[in-house]
Amino acid sequence: MRPACIDKIFDLARRDRRVAYIGSDLDPPLVRRMQAEMPGRAFMEGVSEQHVVGMAAGLAMEGYIPFVHTIASFITRRCYEQVAVDLCLHNLPVRLVGNGGGLVYAPLGPTHLAIEDIAIMRALPNMTVVSVCDADEMRRFMDQTLDWPGPIYIRLAKGYDPIVSRPELGFEIGKAIPMRIAGTGAPRALLVATGVATTRALAAADLLATAGIECTLLHVHTVKPLDTVALVEHARGCDLVVTVEEHTVVGGLGSAVTDALVEGAVDPVPPIRRLGIPDAFAVKYGTQDQLMELYGLQPPQIAASVREALKLVAI
Amino acid sequence: MTTALDERSLDLRRLVVRALEGGGRGHVGSSLSPLEVMRVLYDDILRYRPREPQWQGRDRCILSKGHGCLAQYVLLADKGFFPAAELDRFCRFDAILGGHPEAGKVPGIEASTGALGHGLSIGMGRALALRMRGSDARVFVVTGDGEINEGSVWEAALSAAKHQLANLTVLIDYNKIQSAGPTAAILPLEPLAEKWRAFGFGVEEVDGHDVAALREVLRRVPFAHDKPSAIVCHTVKGKGVAFAENDPEWHHKSSLKPEVIADLYAAVGGR
Repeated sequence: MRPACIDKIFDLARRDRRVAYIGSDLDPPLVRRMQAEMPGRAFMEGVSEQHVVGMAAGLAMEGYIPFVHTIASFITRRCYEQVAVDLCLHNLPVRLVGNGGGLVYAPLGPTHLAIEDIAIMRALPNMTVVSVCDADEMRRFMDQTLDWPGPIYIRLAKGYDPIVSRPELGFEIGKAIPMRIAGTGAPRALLVATGVATTRALAAADLLATAGIECTLLHVHTVKPLDTVALVEHARGCDLVVTVEEHTVVGGLGSAVTDALVEGAVDPVPPIRRLGIPDAFAVKYGTQDQLMELYGLQPPQIAASVREALKLVAI
Repeated sequence: MTTALDERSLDLRRLVVRALEGGGRGHVGSSLSPLEVMRVLYDDILRYRPREPQWQGRDRCILSKGHGCLAQYVLLADKGFFPAAELDRFCRFDAILGGHPEAGKVPGIEASTGALGHGLSIGMGRALALRMRGSDARVFVVTGDGEINEGSVWEAALSAAKHQLANLTVLIDYNKIQSAGPTAAILPLEPLAEKWRAFGFGVEEVDGHDVAALREVLRRVPFAHDKPSAIVCHTVKGKGVAFAENDPEWHHKSSLKPEVIADLYAAVGGR
């Protein structure tokens, strides 16, 4: 997904003279490629997140579409005020590309994990928050970034994640994709997932199906603006809604979905179970998959959580 | 510093007091210290069209110390960007003029500021974009001295120097008093001109209330063809209102009573 995103920035910059790239201290090959082919539109500005976001705002005020690229934890936390004021208040078409969203940087420890990025980005007015599930979907998404009016936070996963998205399901910013529809017969759970958690949730749905539990899976690549229409439509009549995210349960997809269902036209609101990272800093290293397992986010664990929750619902 | 103020400077101060009366509040000292800087920019230096505030060929003037907005509002009103009557509604519920300036709401305001340390990065990005486009428009950023406590200002300075942005000028309203007290006690900035020089700027220092000196130095920017420019403007907080000068208490005032407004008017030569 990361190479797909970077290649797409290069491709978009070729097609549209408004596209510029600002790195902090990452990806020199892209800067070299862009400088060779379109000199003057690619910049490496050093470890100065506050400045590069303000600089991007300045470029956008003059008609450019800057892609700012650095590590997700830094592009969201270190320069939060610049993101809020310079980008969101002015509603500028700057794209923040956050490397290593979620638990990707597991071996590097809690300073490098971006587990609250979605929560803090979606709290800002005018911000769009996108977390696609694989490289193919990244390419479909990136093509739409040229015409999207305000700022976008783009959460990147590790790269070379399995491809589960399907071109025939299309892609539109802000439109959730039903990737699996439950067959008839109870009990039915609606799984709602974002980013590479969708891949895990999809596998969990397959496991559940073999046990006779049919689930619908709604892939919410755009956490903000949230597709409440699709959410309400698919939640209606379900026995259970389970959200799955590689993100703290505070303020992310689970919170957004809960808010939408409580305020939506689903009556009664089905029980909701939010699967994600607990409200704590990581205390282990290892790999992304190991931390996902620690937090119960691997497919068998998701399936087990759904089964347990359904038992409680039945009581 | 006891530089005398001429009638135009007093007129502009009367407009500041008019807005303070309209809103019943405002950053008094912080708006009076950069007033001659803003006056010379708008009277003699900047290229702009008040009836066409988004004109592509305009110079961009960003007041990074957004709390000093009255200094910019009175010049914009004076030049006809909006009617002076807007000053009477300063900070009111449905006003366009708030306690910090907002782009998109106020004709002539290039960036919404107020959170400190943002303007130079935005200005740097705009100066870079203008050069990329081949425009000869220039960017002027006015910062406070307390404001440059922010590390982001120095990140922006490094980057502006790297790109040799000769079309970018930063003016520091160096009144030496920030909200909580003297800058020398809170976070010493000296040697300030040397700092900007070391960061790669062409630097001049000027009496920030001496209109002729400001005009002369601003007409010489850029000071080097391959460097951004910094002008350290030595100013007086609350300049022109004797009882407010150099007094941190006058950084910001709310609930300004009619008798205080009367005193302010009296200090600047009457209504």
